[in-house]
Parts: sequence; C-alpha cells; structure tokens
Amino acid sequence: MIPLSDYLIVSAILFAIGTAGVFLRRNLITILLSVEIMLNAVNLTFVAFGRYLGSVDGQIIVFFVMTVAAAEAAVGLAIVIALFRHRESLNPEAFTALKW
Amino acid sequence: MLALVPLFPLLGFVINAALGRRLPKTVSGSVASAVMVASFVVSVMIVLELAAMPADQRAIEQTVYTWIASGDFVLDLTFRVDPLAAVMILVVTGIGALIHIYSTAYMHDESVGEYARYFSYLNLFAAFMLVLVLGANFLVLFVGWEGVGLCSYLLIGFWFRKRSAADAGKKAFVVNRIGDYAFILGMLFLFARFGTLDFRQLASTVAAMPPEEGVFGALSIASLLLFIGATGKSAQIPLYTWLPDAMEGPTPVSALIHAATMVTAGVYMIGRNAVLFSHAPETMMIVAVVGALTAVMAGTIGLVQNDIKRVLAYSTVSQLGLMFLAMGVGAFGAGIFHLYTHAFFKALLFLGSGAVIHALHGEQDIRQMGGLRRYLPITYWTFLIGSLAIAGVPFLSGFFSKDEILYETFHGGHTLLWLIAAVASLLTAVYMFRLVFLTFHGDGPHAVGVTSHDVGATSPRVGATPNDVGATSHGLGAAPHLHDAPPAMALVLIVLAVGSVLAGYVGIPHALGGHNALATWLAPSFVPVGGEIAGEAAAEETALELTLMGVSSLIALAGIALAAFVWLTRRALAAAIALRYPTLYRLLLNKYYVDEIYDAAVVRPIQALSQEGLWRGFDVKVVDGAVNGTGAIVDASATLLRRLQTGSVRAYAGSLFIGVVVILGYYLWR
Amino acid sequence: MFDSTFDAVVPLLCVILAALAAMGAEAFRARGERMPIGGLGIVGLAGAGVSSVLLWNRNAASFGVILADNFGLFVTLVLVVVGVLTIMFSSQVVRRDALPAGEYYALVLFAIAGMIMMATANDLLVIFLALEILSVAVYVLTGIRRDDQRATEAAFKYFLLGAFSSAFFLYGIAFTYGVAGSTRLDRVGAYLAAQSMSDSPLILMALALLLVGFAFKISAVPFHMWTPDAYEGAPAIVTGFMSTGVKAAAFAAFARVFLSAFEPFSADWAPIVWIIAALTMILGTVVGVAQSNLKRMLAYSSIAHGGYLLVGLVAANEVGKAAILFYLLAYAVTNLAAFGVIALLGSRDRGNDELRDYAGLWHTRPALAALMTVCLLSLGGLPPTVGFIGKWYIFSAAVSAGYYGLAIIGVLTSVVSVFFYLRVVVMMYMAEREVAAAMPPRVTGVSMAALAFAIFVIVYLGVMPTQVLDLASASIATIF
Repeated sequence: MIPLSDYLIVSAILFAIGTAGVFLRRNLITILLSVEIMLNAVNLTFVAFGRYLGSVDGQIIVFFVMTVAAAEAAVGLAIVIALFRHRESLNPEAFTALKW
Repeated sequence: MLALVPLFPLLGFVINAALGRRLPKTVSGSVASAVMVASFVVSVMIVLELAAMPADQRAIEQTVYTWIASGDFVLDLTFRVDPLAAVMILVVTGIGALIHIYSTAYMHDESVGEYARYFSYLNLFAAFMLVLVLGANFLVLFVGWEGVGLCSYLLIGFWFRKRSAADAGKKAFVVNRIGDYAFILGMLFLFARFGTLDFRQLASTVAAMPPEEGVFGALSIASLLLFIGATGKSAQIPLYTWLPDAMEGPTPVSALIHAATMVTAGVYMIGRNAVLFSHAPETMMIVAVVGALTAVMAGTIGLVQNDIKRVLAYSTVSQLGLMFLAMGVGAFGAGIFHLYTHAFFKALLFLGSGAVIHALHGEQDIRQMGGLRRYLPITYWTFLIGSLAIAGVPFLSGFFSKDEILYETFHGGHTLLWLIAAVASLLTAVYMFRLVFLTFHGDGPHAVGVTSHDVGATSPRVGATPNDVGATSHGLGAAPHLHDAPPAMALVLIVLAVGSVLAGYVGIPHALGGHNALATWLAPSFVPVGGEIAGEAAAEETALELTLMGVSSLIALAGIALAAFVWLTRRALAAAIALRYPTLYRLLLNKYYVDEIYDAAVVRPIQALSQEGLWRGFDVKVVDGAVNGTGAIVDASATLLRRLQTGSVRAYAGSLFIGVVVILGYYLWR
Repeated sequence: MFDSTFDAVVPLLCVILAALAAMGAEAFRARGERMPIGGLGIVGLAGAGVSSVLLWNRNAASFGVILADNFGLFVTLVLVVVGVLTIMFSSQVVRRDALPAGEYYALVLFAIAGMIMMATANDLLVIFLALEILSVAVYVLTGIRRDDQRATEAAFKYFLLGAFSSAFFLYGIAFTYGVAGSTRLDRVGAYLAAQSMSDSPLILMALALLLVGFAFKISAVPFHMWTPDAYEGAPAIVTGFMSTGVKAAAFAAFARVFLSAFEPFSADWAPIVWIIAALTMILGTVVGVAQSNLKRMLAYSSIAHGGYLLVGLVAANEVGKAAILFYLLAYAVTNLAAFGVIALLGSRDRGNDELRDYAGLWHTRPALAALMTVCLLSLGGLPPTVGFIGKWYIFSAAVSAGYYGLAIIGVLTSVVSVFFYLRVVVMMYMAEREVAAAMPPRVTGVSMAALAFAIFVIVYLGVMPTQVLDLASASIATIF
C-alpha cells in the first residue's frame, strides 16, 4: 500500500516541474504544455485525496478539471496562432510591445 | 432658508456652465453677480433672525436630508448658522458679491466663452465656501474644503496659456493636498475616537474631558492633524508657498481667495472647533508659535518684493499669521474679528491693485510705476485708506482688530509672542507704505537711476529684460491716457473703502468706552452648547489695554514714517537732483552718508536675511525643495518601479511565483 | 417561479439563455443583415436583474452549490449594471471597429454568466468553474481584434498568466478538499471552525494558494503584472468590462471564501492581506503617476482600487461590512464609465488613448469632458461623488478596526492619486487642442444614455448614499 504522502510528493514534484517550465522555457507551445502539467499534477492530488477519503468526489472533480483544461488549451492555442501570424515567432520574448 | 445661501451661487454656476457660451457677456456677468447679491440678502435676513434670538440659543439649523446612515452611524447634511457662521456668511457673500461686480468690468476683455467660464468657476467657488462655512459637521465642511481647493486650482490656472499660471495652479493644489492629507487623517481619528463628526456633539463630548495639559494625547494629535490641514489652506509655515504664486490668476480671484474665502477657511475651522483646540494646550502653543513666526517671516519677505500683487500676497500670509496667533493664545474672538476686518481692506487692496494693473495694461512691477496718484485718484485714495487700515492706524478697522490680538496675546502672558507680533505690525506698516509710495507717489518710472538704490530694487530685474523696457515705455508714453477704474470697479472700491474705515466699529474695546459687540456676539460659538460664556474683561485692565493700544498706534505711525522717509523723501530728493546735476548728485551722495550707514546697517541685513535667507533660501530651497522633493521621490520610484514591468511574460510569471513562494514560506517557516 | 431547487440559478439561466440566443442569432444571420443582438443581451440581463430582486431575502439555494443569498444577489445586481452599461457602450464600438457582433455579445454574456456564478457559488469547485468560464471568455474578448498585434499580445499575456494562476488556485482547492473532505464552503467552514487553530501545513498551503488565485484576479501586488499590459492592449471597452466585472466577481468570491469558510483562520490570513493591500495601494498609485497612456494609467489606478477593497476586507468590522460592497459598486460604475469615455473617443485605427489626445477636449466635446471629469473626481475620491463616500467608509472602517497603518497609507495614496487624475482634467480644460488632432467621432444616443446613467449613479450615490449603504450592509450580513 502506497501511503498518501507519496502521491502528494509526486504530484508536488510534477507541479513544480510545470511551474518551472512556465517561466524557464522559451517556446510558447512548451509553456502551454507546462501549464497542462500543472493542472494534471493537481488532478493527481485530487484522485489521491479522493481515494484516501474514500469518496468519489475527488475523481469526479478531475473530470471537470480535464474539461476546463481542454477548453483553456483550445483558446490558448488559438491565441498563440494569432500571435504567430503577427511575428512569425514562438519566443515569448518577442512579444514585449506592451511594457512599463 | 439656510440651504438657499449656497444654492444661489450654485444656480449661477449651473447657468453659466451650461448656457454661458450662448449668453452675451452682460447677461452671464449679471447672473453671476445677481446670485451673489441674492445670497447676501438671504444671509442678512438669516442673521437678523439670529440676532432676534436670546444670546445663548443663537443657532438655526436646517437638515436638508440624511446624507449617510448605516448602522448606528448617522450623518445628516445639515447646515447650521451660529454667531460665528453668521459673520462668515456675511463676509463671504458680501465681499464675494462685490468681487463679482468688480469682475464684470475687470474681465471685460475676455471672449464670451472665457467670460462665462470665469464666472462659473467664481460662483462655484463661492458656493463651496458657503458649504464649508455652514456645514454642521466635519464631512459637510470637508465637501466645501475640497471644493474650494479644486476651484482655486481652476481659477489660479485660469489663464492656462501662461505657463506660470498653470504651474501656480498646480502648486496650489499640490500644497493643499498635503494639508488635506493631515486633515482627513484628523477627521478619521476623531470619528474613530468619538463616533461623531458633528461639531456640537464633538464639543460637548470634548468639554467633558480634562484638558491635555503637558501631555500629547488623542485630542492633541487630532487637533494637530487638523491644524496641519489648516496650514495648507490658510498658507502658514510650512505650507504657505502656494499663496504668493497664486497671484498668477486674475486679480479679482486673488482678492476672493485672499480676502473673503479659502485662506480664511483654516482660521474659521479652528474657531469652529474652539473647544477641541482649547482642550489641547500643546497644539494651541504650536498654533500660536507658527502663526507668530509666519507673520514676521512673511512681513520681511514682503519688504523686498517688487510685484504689486506679491507684496499683497505676503501681506496676507503675514496677517493670517496674526489670526493664527490669536487662535493659538485662545483669543478666538479676536482672530475672527481680524479675519472680518481683513476681508474688507485686503479685498480693497487687491481690487485697487487690480485697477492699477488694469490701467497699466498688465504691468505689475512697482518699480515701473510711480506718480499714479494723479492719474488714478479714486484708486489712490481708496488704496491709501486700505493701507492705513491694514497698517493699524488708529480708528480704522485694522486698528481695532489688530490691537485686540496684541492685547490678548500680551494679556495671556505670551510676552515674547507679543513682541514678535508687534514687529510684524511694524513690518506691515513699512511694506504697505513702501508699496503706496512707490506706486502712487514720486515722478513715475523714469527715475530708474534712483530706484536702483531702493531697498527692494537691487534685484537684477531693473529695466533689463525686453518685457520691462516695453512696459516702461508703455507706462510712460501712455501716461496721459491712463484711465481710472471704470464705474463698476470704482463703485466697489469706494464701498470697500468705507467698509475698511467703519468695519471695526462693531468691536470697539471696553477700554475705549465701547462694549466689543462682536466679541459678545461670537462668544457662544466658542463654548459647548449650554456652556458658560467667558466673562468680560475686568475693569482694572483698562489701563494696560490703553497702554498697549498706544504702543501699537505708535508702531503703525512709526512704520509709515519710516517708509515715508526711505521711499518718499529720499526718493524725491534724489530723483530730482540726480537727474539735473549728476556731479552734485555724487556730493549729495556723501551727504547721504547716513543713508549709507542705514542702508548697510539696517536695510542690507534685513534685505539679505529676507531676500537671500528667507526668500531664496528658506522659501525656494527648503519649502519648494520639500514639495518638489516629495514629487521627485514619487517620480523616481515610479520610474524605477515601472522598469520592473519589462513586458516579458516569463518575468511576470516569475513575479507571480515569487509571491507564491514568499506567502508559502511565511506560513511554513514562521 | 419554477421548482424551488432552480430558484437560485434563475438569474444565471437568464444570462446564459441570452448568450446562447446571441450565438444562435449570429449563426442564422444573413450576410450583412443587422440584428439587435446587443438588445437580446440587455433583455437577458434585465431578466437576471428582475429575478434577483424577486429572490431578495429568500436565501434560495440550488443543488447546494449555488446560493442566492443577499450578498450574492447584491453582487449580481452590480454585475447586471456592469453588463448593461458595457453592452450599451459596445453598440457603437462594435459597429465602428467592425467586430463580429454575435461573437462579441455572446462572449460578454458568457463572461457575465461566469461572474454571476462566481458571486453566488457556495462551492470551491463551482468557483473554479465560474472563474474559468469568465476567464476564457475575457481572454478571447481581450484579443478580439486579431488584426491588432498589441491586443493579441495582451490576450496572450493575460491568458498565460491567468492559466498559470488558475493552476495554483486549483491546487489550493485540492488541499482544502484533502483536509476538509469537501469543497462545499459551508462544510469547509464547519470543519475549520471545529479545528482549534491547527497548524496543519496542508490547510495553510490551501489558504495561501487560494489567496494567490484570488489576488491574481483582483490584480493585487505582486500578482498584478499582467494587469497594465492586458488593460492597455485590450479594446478600451473590454478593459472597462474586465476591470470592473472580473474584479467585482473575484472580489465577491474572495470575500465569501475568506470571510465565511476561512473566517476561523483570519488571524493567519489578515497579516498577509494587510501587506498585499499596502503594496497594492502604493504600487498602483506610484507607478500610475508615471504613465502617459490613459488606459495604462487607469490600469494602475484600478490596481490601487483593488488595494482599497482589500483594506475593507482586512477591516471587516461593523463599519467595514457595508464598505466592501458599496465600494465595489462605486468603483464598478465609475471605472466603467471612465473607460466608456475612452472607448467612445477612439477610432478604428487609433485608440486616442494617449494623455495628449485629451488636450482641449473641453473645446470639442464639452459634454464628454464634463462627464469624464466627474468620473475622474470620483476615482480620486473627491466629494460629493460616490468615490468619496466609498473611500470614507473603507478608511473609517480601517481606523475603527485599529488598522491605523493601512488607513494612513490608504489616505496618502488616494491623495497622491488625485494628481494623475487631475492631470487628465488639466489636459481637457487647460490645454490647447492640437491642430493636427482629428475631431473625435460622434457619440450615439445609446452610448450617451449609458454615460448619463453612470454619471447619475456616481453623483446620486455621492449625495444620497444611505439606501444603497443600508442595502450593502444588510447584504453582506448574510455571509458573516
């Protein structure tokens, strides 16, 4: 039997990887994927807690989160495409017209 | 009924703001003046009604409606007129109406739109001032307080095409906001402490507390914060710098701001909270010292200014200092008395200077004037009366009020403060008559060679800039065509001159056989409702009062004589001789050896002190530096902080992440 | 009404139906045919408004997760006002910029639906879903002008950081679920109240992460970085919409979660919120001083206003109760009207949102200049506008709760902030019109009516705030 803390540690590490990816990677698509990793880390936490608490809520919540993640990804990709059309670049540093 | 007093000017504002561009000038000017007159008439009726009541119950209240009510905190929009407010509304509407009438002639060269814009601001200004005066609680007062600040900003910057005017307007607002900051904190503090903002309730609550002798407790903090607010509005050390700059606005505006409204708000506010302040002796001492120092400092600065309006501006600062001194020593009645007489002669002086400037087509440098007495007789005589009144010459209005302040200060045991105030009075007489002599006496601007020896004329400006040269030739060439004030302006000047002579007779001291009607009238306003009204001056002090009266009369006359000696006699002699016999002039220069000593021993040091020390050094470097410095710090940190906003989305994510880490860190490792 | 289980969602349903109708109308619209799609939205919003009024004092609950208590209904009404004003301003902008009307209005309505859901949600998961519904709609609205590179960049930044912060928020929900065994706020609250100040790291992590999520949405420092960029890049009217609607909804949920469920832990979160509020007020004001673009300046100003709201949250005492909701209303109407004026002055090719574009506006558009002045004075908190009453309440709440530091910072920043509001006023009245500057476009009747209404509210609530204050005070009592 794997204890709850192990699940939590794994998901925390996963979350940290996602977080690091967002502000370390230099490709818009990779950054989007990093956000997805963060959300999936949270999903893992939910499932682990649900199992630990013996309620199905945790697993049902995951379905909602997945739906939301899909919707977000769709909009995100659309915006990235619109952005790419302007500059032909996927480097986030290329888009700093708005500042100060 | 009470609400009508501010409503009339507000109506004028609405009419002029909405329709002004489509109305001919005569109509918008008349409307603006008519609403002020109507407001004055209503005020008189109210005051008559008030006077018919028994002395200890004199108060008329009108609750327009409940402004804010939530939970147990209820705040009504209430106007209340008591003896103190009665004096104020008469001054504001009366002097205000005169200034409006004067403006119809003074601003006649503006275009239709500008003319209406001017009068709409003027009406709004008066409306807010009346709200300030009539408000029965702090929040209503604050509405007027902020409103006059905003309107003064608009009025001072009225000629915004003149860069200096726009800057001056901005400065007025900035400095006022610093004062407001303290004022708001003071209000919040009082509210948190006492749960009410109504002046009467506050006074009753505070009256039940022991005075904070020797300790700096809640009352002292609250009153000090309010006083800092007052220094901003009433141009005291250290927040006085905006007032002299405020001269950039049209002259009637200066008269309105200086005489009837705005700057008196701080004095009024202290009078309104007399009970609170008298329970905080530490704050009172600060008020008195600040007032006295301001009076002297502004007086010395006034000695060396060459702009006619600037001299008057420093004179206002100085006179306000005396009023604060009176407030600080607990002579609230004397302070308000001086506020009231000052309104007459200062309005007169400003409007008179406006007539001069009007006649000279915008010239404001007194070194370019001189001899105007012959061309502008009405202006001259009225201006002279105003100067005599402000100098404190016996039996004119300023004499009675200033004397009462000096007497109360001395009587209260503040000998040093009395001495300072006496010096300030002397300075008042000197700089006012320097102004009168340089402007109206002498032969006119062609005596430039002589004027350069004048105390105030050593600054590098003498006839040097093209502007001045143009103005000089204008003043000279146009001299025969100089016209005195047009009827509307002349009428106002004469009315105010009569007022400057007679206004003091409502407060003839007991020592002179009067019964100081004004002090008796005002007294109920300075004690809590139902409180005991302070007893009248005892008879055995009559001798002291008469002595002090004699001293201050002598001071006034000595000041005028000194001014006459320096700027009249010497100037006339020197001017004539220096022009005809240049060699003899040099000889006579030796004869004026006394003058040289005087110059070196007295004038130069004073000049150095006031011009270099106070004017350049303190005024420009310290105070301006502080104001600008605050601005610079905000600016610099703004520039620095906005650099953090690099535009890089990854940096933003980093900032977000750091925030998360810091908060989590705080929770997990605290 | 319908079956009582559905009562609480009626306002929400009205808006969602209107949104669906707008989508449908766009789909069946013949090419070039002009349809009053905006009107559809207004009908839906009116339905939401009316049903909210009918639900007043009934404490209806649907499915246990949507709670139409007076607090939620008050915010719903604020959001309805925001929505109606936005649509009225938009009518002109949509035509001028040739935006796809159906999409635009549908997105606005879906966003409002999300906001209403967020304000009435009684479950952390529903709050998350509502947050995402409104966020996704607003991301798209921000970048709705795809031809505009700056708008697209703004949308991208907003989207990326929004998704990033949502993940933190969701993580916080996961921990709350793990500790309390439920995401329902009443159950979480009951569980936490039973705990005697446990130092369980999990619950503190949940608290911190939820705080971050809300702080991001109300753009509190240091989670504000997206705000100036997104606000500057988005079309002015969208900026007005998101700076008011999103902030109001997020703040409502914030207040509900922290003042009801997490109330037992207020000793833990109050110091953090104190610091965030102080930083937010200072940064918003100080950096605002240095801006020359009006939209960006107002973006910093709305950051600062978020700080004032947080002061109300920290000082949640008797006086503060009314202050929070009242300030929310005051800020929403004022800020939206200000952005409305900016939107109306823009043209298709040019935003006309630089400070210098406002030089001499008084001479060309006196009415707009006067209305803008009222908005700016209200934002600056000068009497007798609603902004003054709101600030007075917030600060007196802070003082009477003993938070002198916050009150001093708050008054100071609001005094400083008047400088930059006044700069615009100076520009409008006291500067010459640049000869080259184009004449601003005509303003349609609908937009003018919206502006007039907003100004009426600003002045009316400044002069007669009592009824609404009472209402606000009674409303928030339902979550305390």
